Amino acid sequence: MGSTMAEKLLSGPSGSGTPSPGDHVVREVDVLMMHDLGTRGVMERLEEMGVEELYDPDRIVCPLDHVAPSHTVDDANAKTRIREFVDEMGIESFYEVGTGIAHQVLYEQGHYKPGDLLVGTDSHTTTAGAFGVGGTGMGHTDAAYVAATGHSWFRVPETVRFEVSGTFGERVSTKDLLLHIAAEYGTDVGQYRALEYFGEAIEDAALEDRVTLSNMSIELGAKFGFTPVDDVVTDFVDERVDEDYPIPNPDEDADYRAVHEVDADELRPKVAVPHKVGNVVDVDDVVGTELDQVFIGSCTNGKFEDLKAAAAVLEGGSVDPRTRVIVTPASRDVYRRALETGVAETLTAAGATITNSTCGACIGMGMGVLGEGEVCLAAMNRNFQGRMGADSSEIYLSSPETAAASALTGHITDPGEV
Amino acid sequence: MRGTVWVFGDEINTDVITPSDYFGEPIEVMAEHIFEPERPEFVEAFEAGDVVVAGHHFGSGSSRESAPAAIQEAGLGAVVAESFSRIFYRNAIAIGLPAVTCPGVTDLFDEGDEAEIDLDAGVVRNRTTGEGLAAEPLPEAIQDIFDRGGLIELYRNDPEGLRIEE
Repeated sequence: MGSTMAEKLLSGPSGSGTPSPGDHVVREVDVLMMHDLGTRGVMERLEEMGVEELYDPDRIVCPLDHVAPSHTVDDANAKTRIREFVDEMGIESFYEVGTGIAHQVLYEQGHYKPGDLLVGTDSHTTTAGAFGVGGTGMGHTDAAYVAATGHSWFRVPETVRFEVSGTFGERVSTKDLLLHIAAEYGTDVGQYRALEYFGEAIEDAALEDRVTLSNMSIELGAKFGFTPVDDVVTDFVDERVDEDYPIPNPDEDADYRAVHEVDADELRPKVAVPHKVGNVVDVDDVVGTELDQVFIGSCTNGKFEDLKAAAAVLEGGSVDPRTRVIVTPASRDVYRRALETGVAETLTAAGATITNSTCGACIGMGMGVLGEGEVCLAAMNRNFQGRMGADSSEIYLSSPETAAASALTGHITDPGEV
Repeated sequence: MRGTVWVFGDEINTDVITPSDYFGEPIEVMAEHIFEPERPEFVEAFEAGDVVVAGHHFGSGSSRESAPAAIQEAGLGAVVAESFSRIFYRNAIAIGLPAVTCPGVTDLFDEGDEAEIDLDAGVVRNRTTGEGLAAEPLPEAIQDIFDRGGLIELYRNDPEGLRIEE
């Protein structure tokens, strides 16, 4: 019997064999990511544990992204303590406010390679699955335990595989695919499981468009979300990492919980309506919904490919004067690429506001907080009640293309119609 | 343990359990606002030791540990759900909050019933109706983390830490 990607990534040191779904294993972790909110929690736990020295500070990456730059004195003081902590502990991979959102920074800066096991104090750590990395989120206590001992426990998940054939239509993208899966197979299709997205539509997709799938796999409940490790991935990694690594693609005779087939040609632009990611409809069903705000950003849709796709829709147009349009690049590097390629100019000329890189609006921590009763269409990952601000506000989720088209009109709009 | 039951639906996510309005606040403050977007009256009405009964995917969304930690801080006795989101579940184990997976539990209870949970025997009972259900057991090695009161205690007692024989 062959192995899935999850089984390969959770296999032990060579010779100990490949574990089976349902097994519980203890593994050494290759990389631990902790962001500003996570590091604060980890610091408290380490103090409770009495830990003064970390297992291996070189395995730890600490980007300040969630609240960035600080908007309160308390947060500024908290960040001062984080800076002191990383200095004391000898954590060199520290990224200041504005560098970018953790998940983007991890791959841009070459902090992992295929075959690695990554844990992070953030649910979207699944992002790394687009690079053949077993990336998954944990809480502060689990992360502190990893920081202290280098190890954690894992339950080996079953895997559900999506075979995606065909070609995405114009202004239809992997975001629409992900929302389609949420609607069709449920937001628990990945519960206690790993997901694999393969097939020609995925192989043809840009690397950052695959990242949308691995990133949002957590919205389907998954522990990991993988796309193929092919030349696109290895070329990207080789530019950043000077080490050998395995290619952990699944074996042909791997055993799956289920295999689902999806035809990319059949997909329409999708919208998740309030307040659950699984409340998905075709854009046609909600066309005309008036919008106070359009947001394009987050680790899910603040990537360069997302901004480029939005700019292609906005090119030469003007956003609706009664709708504020906020674009938050996922990193400073993304912003620089947007400057170099004219994408930033197109967005700005159309009337969008480009912010610094931060989690910001996506988690209701500034840069686009919603007031009472406001409605936002967001190219991001979650439309949970109150996430972006007031409990009475409403969040719709879509692709960057649909968000950009809707920015032009001030109401939800089919990106094929502008 | 025994407590009065509060029934919640499916997919009670981490933004509902600990709203982002209170991000960065001490856990004592977050504990005063649990479930606020979904049931604003809850924090005023529940009593220490009460039990949350929920549907599928409880704790979905963020990795924020404040979700189980605020429930624990508020003094709720346990969460019994049809299923949990995996990060919430392992966070609960890590901090020693009883999170009991019990298929069928939403049919077992009506709001206000009296629950009795026997963690050692793995049984959830409705003392109001007399009916009961089996809870899903934890693997021994993971149960051990929980029994010791969480990972911090585990580390204090045994800094060499986690081992699972393969």
